[in-house]
Amino acid sequence: MARYAMVIDTKTCIGCGDCVVACKTENKVPAGLNRDWVVEATRGTYPDLTTEFRSERCNHCSHATCVYTCPTGASHYWRDSNIVLVDAAKCTGCKACIAACPYDARLIMHPDGYIDKCTFCHHRVEQGLDPACVSSCPTRCMHFGVLDDPGSHVSRLLKSRTYKVLLSETGNQPNVYYLI
Amino acid sequence: MIEEVLVTARSNPKIDPSLGIWSWEVPMYLFLGGLTAGIMCFAALIILLRKEDQAPWAAKKMAIWAPVLLTVGMGALFLDLEHKLYVYRFYTTFQISSPMSWGSWILLLVYPVSILLVLCSIRDAYPRIGGVIERFSAGRWITAFACYHRQQVATWSLVLGVFLGFYTGILLSAFSARPFWNTGFLAPLFLISGLSSAAALVVLGTRSQAERMMFTKYDIGLISLELALIALLLVNLATGTGVQLDALKNVMGGEFTTRFWLYFVFIGLLIPVVLNYREISGRRTWAFLSPVLVLYGGYMLRLVTVEAGQVSTWTRYTQSFDPVLLDLLR
Amino acid sequence: MRLNRREFIKLSGLLTAGGFLTPALLSGCASQRLPGTGQVTATPTVCDICFWKCAGTVYAEDGQPWKVVGNPDDPHSTGRLCTRGTGGIGAYTDRDRLKQPLLRVSEGGRQTFKPVSWEEAFDFIAGRMQSIAQQHGNDRLALLSHGSGGKHFERLLKAFGSHAYAHPSFAQCRGPREVAFALTYGEGVGSPDRTDMEHSRCVVLIGSHIGENLHNGQVQTLAEAINKDATLITVDPRFSVAAGKSKYWLPIKPGTDMALLLAWMNVLINEGLYDRDYVERYTVGLEQLTRHVQPFNPEWAYLETGLAPKLIRDTAHAMAASAPATLVHPGRHVTWYGDDTQRERAIAILNALLGSWGRKGGFYSQEKVDLPAFPVPKPPRPATDWKQIVQPEFPLSPTGVSQKIVEACAGPEAHFKGLFVYGTNLPHTIPAIKPTLETAADSLDLLVVIDTMPAEITGYADVVLPECTYLERYDGLRNSPERVPSLALRMPAFKPRHETKPAWWMAKQLAGRLQLEKYFPWHDYADTLDWQLRQVGSSLEEMQKIGVKRFPRKTPMYFSTGQDIRFETPSGKIELYSETLAEYGHDPLPRYTAPDKRPEGYYRLNYGRGPAHTFGRTTNNPLLFELMPENAVWINPRVARQWQLKNGDYVQLKNQDGVVSNRVRVRVTERTGPNAVFMIHGFGHTAKGLRLATGVGADDAGLMTSVKVDPIMGGTGMRANFVTFVKA
Ligand SMILES: Nc1nc2c(c(=O)[nH]1)N[C@H]1C(S)=C(S)[C@@H](COP(=O)(O)OP(=O)(O)OC[C@H]3O[C@@H](n4cnc5c(=O)[nH]c(N)nc54)[C@H](O)[C@@H]3O)O[C@H]1N2
Ligand SMILES: Nc1nc2c(c(=O)[nH]1)N[C@H]1C(S)=C(S)[C@@H](COP(=O)(O)OP(=O)(O)OC[C@H]3O[C@@H](n4cnc5c(=O)[nH]c(N)nc54)[C@H](O)[C@@H]3O)O[C@H]1N2
Ligand code: SF4
Ligand code: SF4
Ligand code: SF4
Ligand code: SF4
Ligand code: SF4
Ligand SMILES: [Mo]
Repeated sequence: MARYAMVIDTKTCIGCGDCVVACKTENKVPAGLNRDWVVEATRGTYPDLTTEFRSERCNHCSHATCVYTCPTGASHYWRDSNIVLVDAAKCTGCKACIAACPYDARLIMHPDGYIDKCTFCHHRVEQGLDPACVSSCPTRCMHFGVLDDPGSHVSRLLKSRTYKVLLSETGNQPNVYYLI
Repeated sequence: MIEEVLVTARSNPKIDPSLGIWSWEVPMYLFLGGLTAGIMCFAALIILLRKEDQAPWAAKKMAIWAPVLLTVGMGALFLDLEHKLYVYRFYTTFQISSPMSWGSWILLLVYPVSILLVLCSIRDAYPRIGGVIERFSAGRWITAFACYHRQQVATWSLVLGVFLGFYTGILLSAFSARPFWNTGFLAPLFLISGLSSAAALVVLGTRSQAERMMFTKYDIGLISLELALIALLLVNLATGTGVQLDALKNVMGGEFTTRFWLYFVFIGLLIPVVLNYREISGRRTWAFLSPVLVLYGGYMLRLVTVEAGQVSTWTRYTQSFDPVLLDLLR
Repeated sequence: MRLNRREFIKLSGLLTAGGFLTPALLSGCASQRLPGTGQVTATPTVCDICFWKCAGTVYAEDGQPWKVVGNPDDPHSTGRLCTRGTGGIGAYTDRDRLKQPLLRVSEGGRQTFKPVSWEEAFDFIAGRMQSIAQQHGNDRLALLSHGSGGKHFERLLKAFGSHAYAHPSFAQCRGPREVAFALTYGEGVGSPDRTDMEHSRCVVLIGSHIGENLHNGQVQTLAEAINKDATLITVDPRFSVAAGKSKYWLPIKPGTDMALLLAWMNVLINEGLYDRDYVERYTVGLEQLTRHVQPFNPEWAYLETGLAPKLIRDTAHAMAASAPATLVHPGRHVTWYGDDTQRERAIAILNALLGSWGRKGGFYSQEKVDLPAFPVPKPPRPATDWKQIVQPEFPLSPTGVSQKIVEACAGPEAHFKGLFVYGTNLPHTIPAIKPTLETAADSLDLLVVIDTMPAEITGYADVVLPECTYLERYDGLRNSPERVPSLALRMPAFKPRHETKPAWWMAKQLAGRLQLEKYFPWHDYADTLDWQLRQVGSSLEEMQKIGVKRFPRKTPMYFSTGQDIRFETPSGKIELYSETLAEYGHDPLPRYTAPDKRPEGYYRLNYGRGPAHTFGRTTNNPLLFELMPENAVWINPRVARQWQLKNGDYVQLKNQDGVVSNRVRVRVTERTGPNAVFMIHGFGHTAKGLRLATGVGADDAGLMTSVKVDPIMGGTGMRANFVTFVKA
C-alpha cells in the first residue's frame, strides 16, 4: 500500500492562502466551499508572542474513520493507498462521514448532495505532479510524496526535522505533517 | 492567550460555524426505531412469559405499531438524505465497519419479523384486517405460518428488538470523532428509553386497568434505570478527556443546558415518574399525560443527544471573517 | 462569536433563493469528471493583479476559464503565482465588471450615466479635448495612472501636447525611497526591488511586512533566506507575519524608526563595525555623519523607541556580523509620517555603512533586455513646464506628485481642464483627497476614467471607458530589470467580455479623431510587439508558445573587490552627507522628530496589506472575496476589555477629526499592541456597482484626514491618524 504524505513547514508558511485558491480553481470547487483552509495560532502576550500558520485539509488518514463509517462504500481508499476519495455515484448524502471525521469539517457537502473533499489531487499525482496546493505555494513550504520510500523528499524531511500531526490522539493516523 | 483563527473564510454548510448535519429527521428515526424495538421486545416478552391475559393489548394489539412506526422512521431517514436517488446504495453493499450499514441490514430483518409478529395475533387483535389478508392464499399461508411458529416469532422479535434498540444508540456512540456520543452508555440508554416509550404506548393504548397499572409500574422502573444511565453517562464524560469535558459543558451550562435538563430530564423523565407514582398510589391525574410526556421525553433524548453530539468536537477555531458573507456567492 | 445555527441556515436559504450561481463551477454528480480531462488550452500571460508582473499561463478547459499558474522560466515568479495571481480568473469572471462605455447625462434634473457606443464616447472626449486646447492650450490635460495600459494614454496626451502625469506609486508609495536612494547612491531601488535577499545572511525589515505584502519575488526570496537560516530582524510595532519568523522582533513605538536607525549608526560607527574599506572607497561624508550621530546612542533611542539598549546593540552587532550580506530592506510603501525621505536616507546610509549596496546578499545590480522601442515620432515639446506650475515646492521630485495634479484640476482657476484617470481609484488611494476631487470634478471640462470595475472613481467621471482585463488583451512586453534579463508576453487568453476593449485600442481610436494617428502607426498592437521581439532574435509567434524568454546577462550582478565605481551623484560617490539636500534647504543628514502624541482614548490607526487582496481592486473578485470577504480591525485584548468588545462584534471607528467609518468586524488579538489598531487597506467600498464588496468592511483611507506631507518629494504620510470606537 502506497502511503502518500503532505509535509508542511510552519517555519516558512506565511498563511497567505494561495493553497486555498489554487485548490479552488484546479478542482473547480463550487463557489463558497473550500477543501482546504489556513489556521493561524498565536500564543503569548504582547510583546512575547509566537505565531504558527497551518494550511489544513483532509489528512488522508491511514485509519480513516470516515471510510469505516460510510455505509455504502462511497468513501473509500484509492487504489490501495491512503488517499481517501468519495464516489459520488455511491454516496447517499447520509453525512455519517462528516460526523466521523475528528478533524471536523474534513468533508464538504456538494450542492448536488454528495460529499466532496480533498483528493490529494490524485488526478495530478497520477501524472507525477504535486497537488495543486503544493505546487502553487509561493514559499515552497509544502511538500508531497510517498513515505514508503525512505529516500523520498518527504521521508527525509521527517527524518531531519521535528514535526507534529494534528490530533494524533484520535488514532486516525493522519498523513499531513507539520514541521515545527 | 491562545488564539486559533481561521484566516481564510470558510463557510462549508453542515460544518460551519459548527457541525450541523442532522436536524429533526435522524432523531425522529432514532426515536421511532427505539420505540419499535421496545414494542417488539414487550410484545415478545409477554408472549414468551405467557402473560397474555394480564396484558392483552401489549401481547396482541400493540405489535401492529412496529412496522408502521418503523416505516415512518425510515421515511424520516430518507428525508434526511441529501442524495436521495442513491438510497438504494445502502443495499448494494455490506460495510462491516459501518454501524449504519449494519443498521440498514438489521432493519431489513426487523421488517419481516415485525410483520410476522403482527400476523401471529392478527385474527384476535384485528379480525377485519386479518380477514382481508386471509382472502389471499399467500396471506392465509403466512398467517398460518406465523400463528404456528408464534414462540419462534416472539423469540426472534425479542432478539431483533434488542439489536435494534442497541443499534440506535451504537449508531451514535460509534463516532469516536464526536466526544459527546462516544460513550458506551448510549446503547443501553437508548434501548431502555425505547422500552420505556413502548410501555407508555401500552398505557395509552390499553383499555384494561390492570394492564395500565402493570406498565405504569414497569415504566417507573425503566425511567429510573434511564436516570441512572444518564447519570453514569455524565460521570463518564466528566472523567474523560479534555474534549469530552468540553462536550459535557454543552449540557452543563452550555448551549444545550435548558434543552437537556428542563425539556428532557425534568419534563420528559422526572414529571412522568412522579405522575406514575401518583397513578399507582391511586391518586389519579390525567392518565394520558404521563405516557405522552414519556414519549415526548423519548424523542427529546434523541434530539438533544444528536444536537449536543454533533457540535461536540475535537477542534474549534474562531472565524476571522463573517462566513455568512460567503452566501453572497452561492 | 458563535453564529446561531438556525439564523445562519435561514439566512443562507434566503440568499440562495435570490439565486445567482457560477454555473461553470457547478457540476452535477453525473459529470463528476476529473479536472483537466477535457479540451485544455494554455495561453501565456503576465499577471496584472499587482505590479510585480509575474508571468504565468492561463488554462481553459472546454472553453471555460480554469486556472492561472506561474511560468517556471519567469524570474519574478519562478513558476508560482501568489494568492492574488492564482485568483486572477476572478477578475475575468466578476459579474460586476464595467460592460460598456458610460456617458454622464442629465435626466430630469438628475445626473446619471447613459451606456453609449464607443464612437459616441470617443467623439465626446475628442470634442472636449479640442475645445480645451482652443480655449486654454494643448498643455491643459493631465493623466493619473497606475497600471500597464496607462502608457498608451500617456503617449496620447504627450502627442496632444500635455506632458503632466503621475502614478500613485510615487507620492503614496515608494517615492520617498526612490528619492532617498537616488540622493545617496545616484539611483533608486526600482521595481522589482533590487534586493538580493536569497543570499542575505541577515535581513532587516523596517515595517515592510513581507508575507502579508505578497510581492512574489520578495516572499520567495525571504522564504529562501529563512530556509538558509539567515538572521531575520523585524522592526514593527505589530507582530507581523515576518516578525513571527524573526530571530529579533523589535516592537518599536510607531513613528520612531529614525531614532533606532540613528542609534544603529551610532553603534556601527563608534564600535568601528562598519565596512571601512567600502566606506572609504565609495562614500563621502563619514566625518559629518560620525559627528552627527554622537548624541544618538542606544540609551537615548530607548527613550524614544521603547526598545532596550541591549536589543539595539545586539541587533547592530548581528547586522555587522553578516555584512555585507546584510540587507536593511528599504521597504516599499514608505509614505508614513512625512519625514519619509529622511528615514529612507537613514536606511540608505545604514546600508552603505554595512557595504551592502552592490554586494551579494545586499542590493544586486539589475539588468534588463536591451529592447528597442517601436519607432514613433517624438511628441511635440510642451508649451509650459508643468512641474513648475503644479508642484514648484518639490524640485527634488523627479516625477508627478499625484495629489498636486488633483489640486491643479480643482477650481475655476485651475491649470488643468481635463483629466484622464487610468486604473487608480483615487478616493481610496490618496488620503483626504475627496473634497479636492469633488471640486475638480465640478470644475474640469473633461474627466475620463478608464477602469475595469465600477470603482468609486468612476462616479466622478464624465466618461467611463471599460477596459477588458489583463486576461483579454495584449500589453507592452514585460521587460523589468532583474537578476536575469527576460521578456514576458501578455496576450488575450479569452475574448473580451461585454463591450470592453484594451487601452491601446482606446488610445489609438482617440488619436484617430485628434489627427494624431502618426503616433500610433499600427493596426494591431501585437504588430509592435512582434517588431520589437524580432529586434532581439525572438518573435511574437515564439513568445506565444513560451511566454517568457531569458537573455544572458552582460554586466556583473555585484561589485568586485576594489572595483572603481562612479555613482550617479554629484560627487560621484555614495553621499552619506547630501550637499544636494543642504542646497535645497533640507537636512543634509537625517534628523529625528518625535511623532504626534496619541490623544487620550484614541489609538493609532495602523494599516497594511492582507495576502488575499491587492488594495481595493480585488475585494470584489469572487475568488478572493471568498478567501477574505471583509477586513477586521485588530484590537489588543486589553483595549478590547476596556471597550467591552469581543471577537466578531462590529464597531465603527471614529478618527481624531470626527470622521466615522463603516462598521467593521472586531478581531481581538495580541498581534497588535495596546496603543494601535490595525486594519487591511482596500475595504469599505461605497460604489453600488460592486455587489460583493460594497458596504463590507471599513476603509482606512477615509479615516486619514491628517496627512503629513514629505517636504522633500511631496509624499502623503498616512500614519498620523488616530481612532476611537463607536458601537455599531
Ligand atoms: N497582498 C498584497 N501585497 C502587496 C500589495 C497588496 O495590495 N496586497 N501591495 C504592494 C505594494 S504597491 C506595496 S507598496 C507594498 C507595501 O508593503 P510594505 O512596503 O511592506 O508596506 P509597509 O507600509 O512597510 O508595511 C506595513 C507594516 O508597517 C508596520 N508599521 C506601521 N507603523 C510602523 C512604524 O511606525 N514603524 C515600523 N517600523 N513599522 C510600522 C505595520 O504594522 C505593518 O506591518 O506591498 C505590495 N504587496
Ligand atoms: N489608505 C491607504 N491608501 C493607500 C495605501 C494604503 O495602504 N492605505 N497604499 C498606497 C499604495 S502603496 C499604492 S501603490 C496605491 C495603489 O493605488 P491604486 O493603484 O489606485 O489602488 P487600487 O485600489 O488597486 O485601484 C486600482 C483601480 O484600477 C482598476 N483596475 C484594475 N485592473 C485594471 C485594468 O486592467 N485596467 C484598468 N483600466 N483599470 C484596472 C481597479 O478597478 C481600481 O479601480 O495606494 C496607496 N494608497
Ligand atoms: S500557500 Fe503555502 S505559505 Fe501560503 S498559506 Fe498555503 S502553505 Fe502557507
Ligand atoms: S481527515 Fe477526516 S476525512 Fe480525511 S481521511 Fe481522516 S477521517 Fe477521513
Ligand atoms: S455521505 Fe456519502 S460518503 Fe458520506 S458516509 Fe454517507 S454515503 Fe458515505
Ligand atoms: S491536495 Fe488537491 S484537493 Fe487537496 S487541498 Fe490540495 S489542491 Fe485541494
Ligand atoms: S505578486 Fe501576485 S498579484 Fe502580483 S503580479 Fe505576481 S502573482 Fe500577480
Ligand atoms: Mo505601493
